Amino acid sequence: MIRARAMAVALLVSLIGAGSAIAGDGSGAGRTPRPNPPKAQGEACVRDTDVMRRNHMTLLMHQRDDTVHRGVRTKNPGTKDLSLSGCIGCHAAPGADGRPVSYADPGHFCRACHSYAAVSIDCFECHASRPAPAKTASGSDGTMPDLARDMAKDLSAYLDQGRDQTREDGR
Amino acid sequence: MSDARDSRSDLAADRRALLRGAGGLLAVLLAPGVTLYALGGTEAAARAPGEAVSPKVRWGLLIDVNACPAECDACVAACRTENGWADTGHSATDPHWIRKVSVRDPASGAAREVPVMCQHCASAPCVDVCPTGASFRRADGIVLVDRHICIGCRYCIMACPYKARTLVHEPVHDQTADAPRGKGTVEGCTLCAPRIDAGRLPACVEACAAKGAAMLFGDLNDPNSAIAKAVAARAPARIRADLRLDPGVGYRGL
Ligand code: SF4
Ligand code: SF4
Repeated sequence: MIRARAMAVALLVSLIGAGSAIAGDGSGAGRTPRPNPPKAQGEACVRDTDVMRRNHMTLLMHQRDDTVHRGVRTKNPGTKDLSLSGCIGCHAAPGADGRPVSYADPGHFCRACHSYAAVSIDCFECHASRPAPAKTASGSDGTMPDLARDMAKDLSAYLDQGRDQTREDGR
Repeated sequence: MSDARDSRSDLAADRRALLRGAGGLLAVLLAPGVTLYALGGTEAAARAPGEAVSPKVRWGLLIDVNACPAECDACVAACRTENGWADTGHSATDPHWIRKVSVRDPASGAAREVPVMCQHCASAPCVDVCPTGASFRRADGIVLVDRHICIGCRYCIMACPYKARTLVHEPVHDQTADAPRGKGTVEGCTLCAPRIDAGRLPACVEACAAKGAAMLFGDLNDPNSAIAKAVAARAPARIRADLRLDPGVGYRGL
């Protein structure tokens, strides 16, 4: 399965190569239709474009085992963030409403090539295919200083109102 | 990597120092028998970037059932928001990473609503029966499903004595970034592993701190942690202790 996918992508890459040789002008408007993935944000990808085209699935596979089994979520020393959500963050393509499109939309970054090469993609059956909307500030990120502040607030409220009804019994 | 390994003992020393420090452990005596605990946050649990989870740590929960009001479901609500699961309208197959279970002692009539989630067993039956290796126990004691290799056979659901796992029956979209979940794979409480990896408390514990303050989270293997001290002071009850699965979750007042 994996090998089949890798071969399909290798084929895709060679097709892209062949496409550019024929079309020549880089616009994608030649005799041979070419995928036209949307441009990403950020300065540079985690690897060169050539490497990413051929090997992105291998990098993701390696990272997923590191993350799920070994709990390594941050970037490894000396390398950049290889997480899928990192990919999704930079490669989000805004739709008509300004919100990044999901994999269901043909304008999705991954879909541009995967539809072209007819390679189905399993990632998005479980992973979100677009960044989550920005969270509204909750005031607390659950770390110690916030919790201590919250609990101190609770404590003074508790002392102000007298004995807490919920603790009346069972103590 | 070797750097990370060398600094591990330093990290452990740092952690102990932090826990002793004023910011590390907060224990407020409210009234006799009513104590609020919170475990040190960010620095206390942080690993060096790129460092794997360590078997020196065993994460655990201690839940004070008497401090958990019957009507409160802050932990369940927080888990839903954090991990993006919700009722599907089919109650027989709805996901439940954590639920409140009603228990009643027939002799005294005392009734409680107990939060129950995956107990993160050291001898986990779900791991034993899994034919693919998808169900596994992380080095730091957290029991997880690797959904990349789960085939949805549901053996683990049958094996778990705590009814802690459910199968996703419907397609899911727009999951949260830290909790991927999809149709045909099994899921259960992850103890908020992504949050723990970032040095944060599990979502339920954070939510509970503002309500009943009935949950205590920490490293059972660190004798200086609040949870280890609380467990050492008074042995917690385990659900189905007769099965001797050595759960990471303990209860007081059961
Ligand atoms: S509670 Fe159930 S799912 Fe969790 S580790 Fe134990 S057997 Fe496995
Ligand atoms: S449902 Fe998935 S995790 Fe559970 S036993 Fe089967 S393969 Fe393993």
